[in-house]
This record gives sequence, structure tokens and C-alpha cells, in this order.
Amino acid sequence: MRHDHLISAKQLTRQDIEGVLDRAASFAEDGGGGHEDHLLGLLFFEPSTRTKMSFDTAMKRLGGDTVDMGSVESSSVKKGESLADTVRVVAGYTDAIVLRHPSEGAAKLASEFVDVPIINAGDGAGQHPTQTLLDLYTIRENAGLDDLTIGIMGDLKYGRTVHSLAAALTNFDTRQHFISPESLRLPRGVRYDLHETGAQVREHTGLEEVLPELDVLYVTRIQRERFPDENEYRQVAGQYRIDAATLEAAKDDLTVMHPLPRVDEIAADVDETTHATYFEQAHNGVPVRMALLDAMLGGGGE
Amino acid sequence: MSDNPERELRVSKIRDGTVIDHITAGQALNVLAILGIDGSGGEEVSVGMNVPSDRLGRKDIVKVEGRELSQDEVDVLSLIAPAASINIVRDYEVVEKARVTRPTFVSGVLSCPNANCISTQGEPVESRFEVLDDAVRCVYCDTIIREDLPERIDV
Repeated sequence: MRHDHLISAKQLTRQDIEGVLDRAASFAEDGGGGHEDHLLGLLFFEPSTRTKMSFDTAMKRLGGDTVDMGSVESSSVKKGESLADTVRVVAGYTDAIVLRHPSEGAAKLASEFVDVPIINAGDGAGQHPTQTLLDLYTIRENAGLDDLTIGIMGDLKYGRTVHSLAAALTNFDTRQHFISPESLRLPRGVRYDLHETGAQVREHTGLEEVLPELDVLYVTRIQRERFPDENEYRQVAGQYRIDAATLEAAKDDLTVMHPLPRVDEIAADVDETTHATYFEQAHNGVPVRMALLDAMLGGGGE
Repeated sequence: MSDNPERELRVSKIRDGTVIDHITAGQALNVLAILGIDGSGGEEVSVGMNVPSDRLGRKDIVKVEGRELSQDEVDVLSLIAPAASINIVRDYEVVEKARVTRPTFVSGVLSCPNANCISTQGEPVESRFEVLDDAVRCVYCDTIIREDLPERIDV
């Protein structure tokens, strides 16, 4: 992969993706190393558990180390420092920066001010390309990446993981079904890109009409805070909750994924089925991020 | 020379300034907004709206005395009046005549409607939009502006 920064999944070609996934498989098998002199900056302006810890773990498993800005409350951001200034300072300390920020376009902006690689670890409702790489790794392990019918369900409007996954899947022979309430359909920009690439896309308001066709069902949380009315939220959220009984209509080898954290959109009884893949998906974050860091820091890994 | 001199005379000639012709019908007031002209500055302006046009069927036309447009202004004009022609007039003669061309990007002339876009949050960057066939798209947050584009003009 030859990118200075990873801002959006739209940057990724099939070759890029397969390169990272192949390398990730090798790291998962044999471990890492070779980056003892490298230091990764972790700038998380929003709370994060999996993404932050998996980057931290990945860098350390490569032999390198991390420096962490800590919480916004304990940083200069609290004093009103701009993002542009923060990344310029941290770029002077580190070899690459992982940035999570609540505003769309934050990683793009950061990339304009620094020479070290910026890795977008989620920018508001925008993009989350490293999540997509581990999603694709998980899909490839369970269902392959071509001749695939994938359902993506939940908050498609604000779900950054969805926006990135939809873009990346256009590199493969896939049929994408988007299932959401009308009010949470894909945003115009994502639909525009899917249309431009000629992707096979259909939109639905109910899972039942498409569930039997699916090889993969990717569930996301419908976010309570997006609804001005609690009753409206409850009515909608209930329609997009799956349990073991729901999945009786699915193929036996359906893979159910979720970027986590889940609230109640996947019932606990799904965990006991062979469909549940979301914890494996989260674990895949480490080897995939090792592979990505290895590529972006110059391929020193073993 | 027109077959109908009375129609030509609806909008008087200017001595020095800019004539923006072949504006999409109904967009003249948005063109004035782009140029920051609301009458309070004392500019001498003539406006024709929905006048007949061989090329467009109907068109608007704006003549501004004593003002030549900047490239930024022409770039933004192209977004709402893609067929417009710009005529620079000096001493009653047209000394330059050009069609507007749509740029690939426009910077600093539109504001992103997404309140959560980083370009609206006091960072040291100008807004920047990619120009699509029938819309523009924020390079930071990917928001597409189509119908309400004139309202987002900052010039």
C-alpha cells in the first residue's frame, strides 16, 4: 500500500486491501517485530475502547511504542488549541498519528498540516477505514470476498463504519443490501459514490425481505441520541433487533457481524449460534492494524 | 444588431464594468448576492430577468458599472450559471469576452452546511469543494450541495 495517509476507505484499491489482509494473516500466525524504533501517537478526541487498545496493542506487538494524548479534558484541547496545532506538535514527537475525532473531515484536515502518516480512526459520522479493513478480514475468513451478498443494517446515515465498508466492498463482486428506517438511510455522498462505481445496491426498510439471501449481515447500533422523540426511537429500534429466532430464516452459514459496542440490537441468544462473529471480528483488529502500521511505517515488520 | 432594438434597450449600455450574460433564468439575484451587491454600496446595476434568449430560451442578464470580476467570483458564478458569459467593458467597448468554465475545485467561496464538518469549526483552513456535474461536494466531510447551493455562497 502506497498512501501517505489513510483518510477514507475510498482510497483503498483491491490490491491495497488484499495486501493488508494477507499481511494481517501472516502476523496473526507468526507475530510481529521490526519496528523497535517507531513511535505511534494516539490522539483520541472521543472515547474509544477497541480501536484505541487495538492500535496500542498492534504497535507494541510490532516492537514499537505509543504515546497517548489522554483524555480531551486533560489536554491542551481543553484550552482551545486547534486540531491543526495539536497534530503539528504531536507529529514532531512521533512517526505516525492515529486520530479519532468527533467532527467529519478531521483526519483530512490533520493530513494537510503534517508530514507523518495520519490514520483516520473515525471522524464523526464520516469514515472509519481501519474498522473496514478488519471487517473485510473477518468477512474473507468466513465467507470470502467475491460472489457475496451482504446486508448492512441499522443507522446507515451516521454510521461511519457503514460508509467505509460500503465504499471498500465496491472493489469486490458483491451485492449490497442496505436496511434502515427511512430517516437513517445512507447519506447522499455515500449513495453518490456507490452509484458512480456501478455498485449493485438495494435499499430496504425491513430485514425479512432480504435475510434469506444474505451471506453476511452487518448490524450497527441505532443511536438513541439521533431521535428527538424517545417513543419514535423505541418504535424504530425494535424493528431492527435480531435474535436467534429471527435468524432461523437465514442461511445456515450466515455470518453476523457488528463493529461493537452493541446495546440491544443483537440479542444475547445470538452469541450462542454459529452465526455470531462479532467478537472474532473485534479480535481481528490487532493483526489487521499491525499489517496496516507495518505498511505505512515502511514495512519493517518480520 | 438585434431585430428588436427595443428589447436591447431594456438594459442600458455601461461605460466601464462587467456584463454577465446568459445567466440561467431566475438566478440574477443570486448572482448579485455572489457579487455582494445589495444596493447599499451605491453600485450602478442593471438587471434583466427572464428575457428571451436564442441559446437558453429565457435568460437573466446583469450589468455592473465600474466593477470587473475576480476569478473567484467567476468560479462561483459558474456553479449557478454554467452557461454565463462574462464581458468586460471599458469605455463602452467589450474588451474581453469569455464563457465561464466550471473549475475542478472551489476554495473559500462556499460554506459547508454540515455543522459537524471540521471546516466550519474555526480551524485554519478555507472551505473547499469538489465541483461535480450538477453539484459540489465538501472535500472534508463529503457533504453534497445541490439544490440549496446559492444559500451556501460566502463571497
